[in-house]
Amino acid sequence: MAEIQLQKVTKRYPDGTEAVKQVDLDIGDGEFMILVGPSGCGKSTALRMIAGLEDISEGDLIIGGERVNELGPRERDIAMVFQNYALYPHMTVRDNMGFALKLAKEDQGEINRRVEEAARILDLEQHLERKPANLSGGQRQRVAMGRAIVRNPKAFLMDEPLSNLDAKLRVQMRTEVSRIQQRLETTTVYVTHDQVEAMTLGDRVAVMRGGIIQQVDTPRNLYERPENLFVGGFIGSPSMNFLAARLEGDTIRLPFGETPIPDELRGRLRGDGNARDVIAGARPEHFEDADVEPDRQGLRFRAKISVLESMGSELYAYFDVEQGHVESAELSELAADAHMEDLPTHGSGDTQQVVARLSAASSARPGGEVNMLLDTKHLQLFDPQGGKSLTVE
Amino acid sequence: MEAASVSQPTQAKRRKKSGAVGSEPRTPWWLWLAVAAIVIFCLLPFYWLINISLKTGADLSGSDIVPPSPSFDNYTSIFENANFTKALRNSAIVSLVTTLLGIVVGSFAAYALARLQMRGKGILLAIVLSITTFPQIAIAAPLFRLWADVGIYDTLIGLVIPYLTFALPLSIYILVSFFREIPKDLEEAALVDGATHFEAFRKVVVPLAAPGLATTAILTFIAAWNEFLLATTLTSSPSARTTPVAISQFTGSSQFEVPLGTQSAASVVISIPLIILVLLFQKRIVAGLTAGAVKG
Repeated sequence: MAEIQLQKVTKRYPDGTEAVKQVDLDIGDGEFMILVGPSGCGKSTALRMIAGLEDISEGDLIIGGERVNELGPRERDIAMVFQNYALYPHMTVRDNMGFALKLAKEDQGEINRRVEEAARILDLEQHLERKPANLSGGQRQRVAMGRAIVRNPKAFLMDEPLSNLDAKLRVQMRTEVSRIQQRLETTTVYVTHDQVEAMTLGDRVAVMRGGIIQQVDTPRNLYERPENLFVGGFIGSPSMNFLAARLEGDTIRLPFGETPIPDELRGRLRGDGNARDVIAGARPEHFEDADVEPDRQGLRFRAKISVLESMGSELYAYFDVEQGHVESAELSELAADAHMEDLPTHGSGDTQQVVARLSAASSARPGGEVNMLLDTKHLQLFDPQGGKSLTVE
Repeated sequence: MEAASVSQPTQAKRRKKSGAVGSEPRTPWWLWLAVAAIVIFCLLPFYWLINISLKTGADLSGSDIVPPSPSFDNYTSIFENANFTKALRNSAIVSLVTTLLGIVVGSFAAYALARLQMRGKGILLAIVLSITTFPQIAIAAPLFRLWADVGIYDTLIGLVIPYLTFALPLSIYILVSFFREIPKDLEEAALVDGATHFEAFRKVVVPLAAPGLATTAILTFIAAWNEFLLATTLTSSPSARTTPVAISQFTGSSQFEVPLGTQSAASVVISIPLIILVLLFQKRIVAGLTAGAVKG
């Protein structure tokens, strides 16, 4: 077990492109750190640099107090779980899990003892003599985990380990991974593009974009206090709604009405008091059907529901807002990552689609109008230039 | 149009018929006939060889399909011939050494070509492969002069070297494609597990490329075992002569008799190791060993 420190770590390819730029990251002993971001953001490259599978172009990588830039993967004492598991197909599960110990010249009795212990933790005991080809996807995934935990390494590195599982199994294995990590208390760096995995698993989450870390924080802080537009848009599902807004004196003018700056925000709002354009971010759950909660404070307006999705416990209501469309590099990148750039609902003309999470008790109907309420004290405001948050210190 | 509408009912009938027998479509009779024809076509010459090898004396000039008085005299006589047994030994040594060196050198070279980042990789592979297009006859005479000067004329090593030259390009080419198939993640997993690059190669890559290695080994062995042209050019005495050359130099009881019986018997004998080899390696040659390595 050990701390991992990245100090100004950069990965530059021979053609000059930088996959990872000046990344600083301190991962504490026993911490579960998630690297999350859209594809191509450099998260996997960063992980592979920690593993020693990629050279570090600049900066220092320190594991357990020792600079390991020049050490090969075998000298770093780390274990890695690959996205496609990378099980050795010619070896049984037992040999797969014991391979590292065998290379380390442990005696056979000790290898067997540790492999069987890991198999017990992962519920693989009855599969030890089978070959990977005869295992199901979930079992292969567990073998890959087992191969990492038998070694008792300084750190686990996981590269999207659950992305090849089907949805239901993924949720199961997610809790499994969490349970194992809490039990072993081994420093873990976990790469994923799935923000739900990031939010549920990590002690802390590092959101990356274009090789740069945008924010490192606890899942809760990332959700409630995103430092920029990108983090706000990336974390949360359905994602945060962004609307063009204007700050005038003590009021915020939103496409569907004006509201005084709430006290909660006034203290934090920077600026010189001049009127300025901003981007307002509102999470879906901060909307509500005003008829369901008549006493709640907030901005009230009428909305014409275009699509209604019922989740049973809640409703997702989609409605269009005139003159609310916002353009920003960060948001188009998020849209591109979700393969949404071609959808007509996203950025057509000047209307912006907004999604609201309503109580199941709401009487909203598709095509009908509803009295909507926006709880403005949770409103996030961002600078249209650069996307920095105006509401988070 | 008309033909189609006429053929439809018969097709439907046939489908019903096969459906009644089982879900598997039945192999049509003409396919079996074709298979039988091909098998006979391929095996008849070998049968004839065995047929002749069991005949002696006057029977040899006959064309009986079954030897009238089969005897193993030809077989006993070739094994009493010291030149033949010596040649068998030479052939075994030359073929095995060529195969072994070919696999070791070939797998190293192929791995480098498949994995390492280097410039001119494609050109290098093309040059290597172009060697196989050289006609052997073109290098036989120069090689004879060169080997005589160097002093390895009429030695076993003098045969191993040119055999390697001709065997390696194909071996490398086959192995490169096998190594490319092996997911790079497996090697990286081995490296993270604490293996050196060579350990990763030996314990993960080589076992997975085993079908490819078996294929190249068997091709190299067969080529070296059967080779005649260079063997006859580069040897002059029984000490280095290989079996194909030795068989060609069998003599009959008189100058005018062709030693057909003994030659056939010897040919049958030298075919046996090849048949055994192919049967042994057959299972390994069947690919699909990498199944289950990655998500599939």
